[in-house]
Amino acid sequence: MIEYNTAIVLVGASLLGASAGMIGTLAVLRRRSLVGDALAHAALPGLCLAFVVLGEKSMPAMLLGALCSGVLGVAIIAALRRWTRIKEDAAIGIVLSVFFGAGIVLSRLIQNHFVDGSKAGLDSYILGTTAGMIASDVAWIGGAALVSLLVVVVFYKELKLVLFDVSFAKIQGWPVVALDLLMMVLIAVTVVIGLPSVGVVLIAALLILPSASARFWTERLDYMLILATAFGFVVGLVGTAFSARFSLLPAGPIIVLTGTVVFLFSMLFAPRRGAFARMATLARFRKSLAAGELIEFD
Amino acid sequence: MHGESIALVLANWRMPIWTIVVGVVCAIPCAVLGCFLVLRRMSLLGDAISHAVLPGIVLAFLFSGQLSGIPVIVGAMALGVLTSMLTEALHHHGKVAEDASMGVVFTSLFAAGVILLNQVGRRAHLDADCVLYGLIEFVSEDTVDMLGMAIPRVLVSLAFTFAATVVFTVALWKELKIASFDPTHSTSMGINAGLMHYLLMAMVAGVTVASFEAVGSILVIAMLIVPAATAHLLTDRLFAMVLYAAAVAVISAVTGYLLADALNTSVAGMMAVTAGAQFGAAVFLAPRHGVAAKLRHNLLLALRVRSEDVLALLFRAEESQGNGGTSMGLPRPLCIKAAGEGLLAAAALRRLKRKREAESSPDGRFRLTESGRERARSLVRAHRLWEAYLSEHSVLPIDHLHEPASRIEHFLGPDLQREIANSLTQTDQDPHGKPIPPTALRDQNP
Repeated sequence: MIEYNTAIVLVGASLLGASAGMIGTLAVLRRRSLVGDALAHAALPGLCLAFVVLGEKSMPAMLLGALCSGVLGVAIIAALRRWTRIKEDAAIGIVLSVFFGAGIVLSRLIQNHFVDGSKAGLDSYILGTTAGMIASDVAWIGGAALVSLLVVVVFYKELKLVLFDVSFAKIQGWPVVALDLLMMVLIAVTVVIGLPSVGVVLIAALLILPSASARFWTERLDYMLILATAFGFVVGLVGTAFSARFSLLPAGPIIVLTGTVVFLFSMLFAPRRGAFARMATLARFRKSLAAGELIEFD
Repeated sequence: MHGESIALVLANWRMPIWTIVVGVVCAIPCAVLGCFLVLRRMSLLGDAISHAVLPGIVLAFLFSGQLSGIPVIVGAMALGVLTSMLTEALHHHGKVAEDASMGVVFTSLFAAGVILLNQVGRRAHLDADCVLYGLIEFVSEDTVDMLGMAIPRVLVSLAFTFAATVVFTVALWKELKIASFDPTHSTSMGINAGLMHYLLMAMVAGVTVASFEAVGSILVIAMLIVPAATAHLLTDRLFAMVLYAAAVAVISAVTGYLLADALNTSVAGMMAVTAGAQFGAAVFLAPRHGVAAKLRHNLLLALRVRSEDVLALLFRAEESQGNGGTSMGLPRPLCIKAAGEGLLAAAALRRLKRKREAESSPDGRFRLTESGRERARSLVRAHRLWEAYLSEHSVLPIDHLHEPASRIEHFLGPDLQREIANSLTQTDQDPHGKPIPPTALRDQNP
C-alpha cells in the first residue's frame, strides 16, 4: 500500500515528466534545448520579486512572476542576437548567469530583510523539492500538461512544418514568428511549473533527456512525441519511486539520472540509430564491400 | 559613532579588503579565458564545464577533505576536458544535436554531483549553499599564514590559477589568436586547433574550480562570459578585448562587493549583476557596435538618402523645365513625397535648407541653390552612369535599370564614377536617352 503523500508525488512527478518530454521534443528539434535552461535560470528573479510584492508565499503569483522574467530573459536573448554582434551562445550564457545572480541577490535580500524571509524557502527552487509536492501542485502540473497536449494536437501540422523546415514554412506564408512564440510559451510554462519540484538547474534535463532518447528510436515526429512523453512519464515515476524507497536520496537528481540511464540505453541499443545497430550496419557494409558485391572486379 | 563600533571597524578592516582581493583575483582569469570562449562561440561549454565539475569536486573533497588546493584543480581540469570530449562524442558519434548533447552531459554530471554532495554533506561540513553560491563573504575567516600574513586559504589556489592563466595566455598568445579566429587555417599552418581547444577547456575547468569556493558554480559563468562579451562590444582587437574584459571584471568585483555590503545581500550575485549592468550599458552605448551608435548611423543615412532624393528630383525638374538657374522649383508636397513622407521627410527638407542646398520661396516652392545643384548633378550623373553601366554589362532589361540605379546613386563617389565612365563606350547619354551630366569639376572650370 502506498501512502497518500507518496502517491501524490508519484502522480505529480510522472505527469511533469510526461509533459516535459512532449514539450522537450519541440525544444530539441528546434535546437532550443539550452534556451530552456536559460529560461529556468531567468525565472528566479521573477519568483523572488513576486514574493517581495505580495509579501507572502503564493504559488500562482510566484509562478506568474517566474513566467514573466523567464520570458523576458528569452526575449533579451533574441534581441541580443538580432541587434548586436553577440552570438546566441554568449547571449544565453549572459542572460542565464546575470538573471540568476539577480535572483540570488533578491532571495538573499528577502532572507535578510523580511521577518519571515526564511520561511519563503526560495532556496528550494534552485534544487527543487519533489517530495514536498502537494495536491494543488499536482493539479497545476496536470492542468499545464493538459493545455500543452491540447495545443500540440491542435497545432500539430504547423509545429511540424516549423520544426523541420523554417524557410519552407515562411515561404508558404505560415506565421513562423507566432508559432515560434507559441513553442517558447509552451516551453516556458513547462519549465516554470516544474521549477518547484525539480529546481532551476535540473529542469533542462527533463526537457532534453526524454526527447533526445526518443530521437534514437524513430524518424517520425508523431512517434517521437508519443515516445518522449512515455519516457518522461516513466522517468518521473521510476525516479520518484526510487528516491521514495531510499529516502536519503533527493528526488530531482535521481529523476535526472534515471533519464540519463534511459538515454544511454537508447543511444546504445536503439534499432537503426543506436550505436550497436550502426556498428552492425557498418560491419555488414564492409563485408559486402569485401565480397565485391558493390564493385565489380574484372 | 560609538567608540566601541569604531574599534570594531578598525579590527575588521582587513575583511572587506580580502574579499575584494579574492573577487578580483578570481574574476580576472575568468574574464581573460572567457574572451576566447566568446570568440570561438563556445560560451555554453564554459557553462557546461562549470556544472559538470561538481561531482569531481565532491569526490576530491571526500578524499582530501578540502574544496580547494592544487590537486583538486588538476583533477577538475581533467573532468573539464572529459566534458568537452563527451559532448563532442555524443554529437559526432551519437548523432545528437550539439546543444542537446551538451545539455545531456552537463545536467547528468551535475545531478550526479548533487547526489554525491547530498551523501557526503551528511557526514562532512559541505553544503549546497557553498557550492552553488560561493562563500566570498567569509573568505577571511579561513586563512593560512604566508609571508607573515594571514591570507585567505582560497586565495592560494586562486593565485595559482591566476598565474597559470597569465602564463598560458602570454605563452600561447599567437596560437590562441589564430585558433580562435580560423581553426582550419591554424591547423593547416601546423598549430593543432584541436589541441588548443582542449588546452583551453582544461584551463577553463581549472579556473572555474578555483573560483567555485568564492562565487559558486553558476555565477562563475557570469565571470567567464559577461566581461568578455562586454569587451567584444567595445573593440575589434583581441589584445584590447582581453584588457577591457579584465577591467570589466575588476569593476564588477569591486562595485559588486560594495553594493552587496550596502544592501546586505549576496556578494557573488551582486558581482554578476554589476557585470550584467556593464554589459547592458555596452549594448546601448558602445562606440561602434552599440545600439545607440547603430541607430544614429541609420538615422543619418536615412536623412542623407532622403534629402539626396529631393535634390535629384529638383535637378530633374530643372532639366525638364529647361531654363537652368532660373527654375520655378517644385511645390513642397512633391518634395515631401520624394523624401518618402513622414517626420523624416520633413527633417530631410529642413536639413537641405540648413545646409543651403535648397531654398524655399514665400509661395512654398523649393529651388536648388548653387551648391545644391552641384551635389544634385553628381547624384544624377551617378544614377545615369550606373544605368548605362548595367545596360552595357548586364542582361537586365531597360525598364529594370532605374530601381537599382536609384539605390546605388547615393554610394557612388567621384572615384567610382570615373571608373564606371572609363568602362563605358558612351558616357554622354544613358540608355533612356537622357544626357549624363558632366562631372562637377569640369563644369566649375570651363
